[in-house]
Amino acid sequence: MSALLDHLPEFWQGLVVTLQMTAASFAGAAVVGLVIVAMRVGPVPVLRAVATVYVETLQNLPLLVLLVLAVFGLPEIGLKAGLTTTAIVVIALYEGAYIAEALRSGVNAISAGQGEAARALGLTFGQSLRHVVLPQALRTVVQPIGNIFIALTMNTSLAAAVGVVELTAAANRVNLLEAQPIPIFVGAGLAYAAIAACAGFVTGRLERRLAVAR
Amino acid sequence: MSNLLFDEPGPRARRRIRLATIAGVLVLLALLALALRQFAANGQLAAERWQPYATWPMWRYLLGGLWSTALAAVVAAALSMAAGIALALGRLSRRRAIRLPSAAYVEAVRTIPALLLVYLVLFALPRYGLDLPLFWKLVVPLSVSNAALFAEVFRAGIMSVERGQGEAALALGLTQGQSMRLVVLPQAARRVLPSLVSQSVGLLKDTSLGFVVSYAELLYSGKVLANYNGLLIQTYIVVALVYLVVNASLSALARSLDRSAAGRGGPRRRKITRVPR
Repeated sequence: MSALLDHLPEFWQGLVVTLQMTAASFAGAAVVGLVIVAMRVGPVPVLRAVATVYVETLQNLPLLVLLVLAVFGLPEIGLKAGLTTTAIVVIALYEGAYIAEALRSGVNAISAGQGEAARALGLTFGQSLRHVVLPQALRTVVQPIGNIFIALTMNTSLAAAVGVVELTAAANRVNLLEAQPIPIFVGAGLAYAAIAACAGFVTGRLERRLAVAR
Repeated sequence: MSNLLFDEPGPRARRRIRLATIAGVLVLLALLALALRQFAANGQLAAERWQPYATWPMWRYLLGGLWSTALAAVVAAALSMAAGIALALGRLSRRRAIRLPSAAYVEAVRTIPALLLVYLVLFALPRYGLDLPLFWKLVVPLSVSNAALFAEVFRAGIMSVERGQGEAALALGLTQGQSMRLVVLPQAARRVLPSLVSQSVGLLKDTSLGFVVSYAELLYSGKVLANYNGLLIQTYIVVALVYLVVNASLSALARSLDRSAAGRGGPRRRKITRVPR
């Protein structure tokens, strides 16, 4: 137990990095997901194909492979960026594919009459997406997006494997010093569980607030 | 495909679609040109940097890695599916003493990163005198974390079987265990087959954690190869392509199983959005 308490600053630092990565990459993933889903449900065949290929490619590649490719491969072609920044961008691109799929299932769940009514009122594609379809789609996918958020938090730990010192890496370092694996790793696990519990609580509240009585 | 958001295009819409197509293609070409320029400017396009991947010894090494990946994935899938069925049955049990621990396991493991479990097996277990071979250092944590995911798949499958099936079995005089084993589970198993395959894609992706364990699966083999021949970006691109081909085929299999299940008049599976991992 004392191993945990003696190294609270390291743990805290790791937790802060994990939270920063989670927040930044979730924000990025939301933007990517929105753009991809707009391309995928739109009327332009080329853009639909691009979006489909994007989603299929990223869902079928391990995140760790993408991280390794970006961290060790990209400097070879002259693209150098900070380690944490690279990890955030890769995670955002990866999770964006999943958010796009969740949003698309929400868009498909909306009754066709909504889209037809929007067009009958003369709204353009972008307008009907922005004002009619997406607001309703978002309400139906609060829970799946909450699950993606939790999984994203867990996935930021993979950045430890390419050298970012976030919570998992911090726990590992403290363990190398103190050699008391059980309290140290359990402590880190509890921190992740706490983040997931908060996310679950927020999505539960949001879902109840946004639920549409039908 | 849903045509929720647009009608059959008229002349003006067709013009706009044509413009968007041209713009999209131009952006794609620009990105491609930019990427090629970066590769060329840093001398990464030189034929001798790619040529090794047209030779058999390289591929024999990488395919050896792929074989180890498959081995780890199959063993971990078998273990975690068995544990998953047990956990699903436990979670549906009528006894609290069984139901609560199963539910707690599933919920707890869902909120622990797989990498943390890997570190636990790598660094904690040896201290308590349990030093597993490399293969099991990868397979054990993956099975522990995936058991929870498979448990949820099986639970959804069991709950999707109509109540009447189990009730009819009980009415015929079968015991609880018999009705579950002979009537409910076989039907549930057929329904969850597509989800099992798409979960297995996730499991196969997880085996890339062998990179951390230094178990010689595909990604770690790529690392060894890249350190040896210094072709970093080329090697990792080839490795990524191998993963892509294997996983995309498995995903396609899951989709076609799903379609044929729907075609047989089976109940439409409630669409579960996949969770990233």
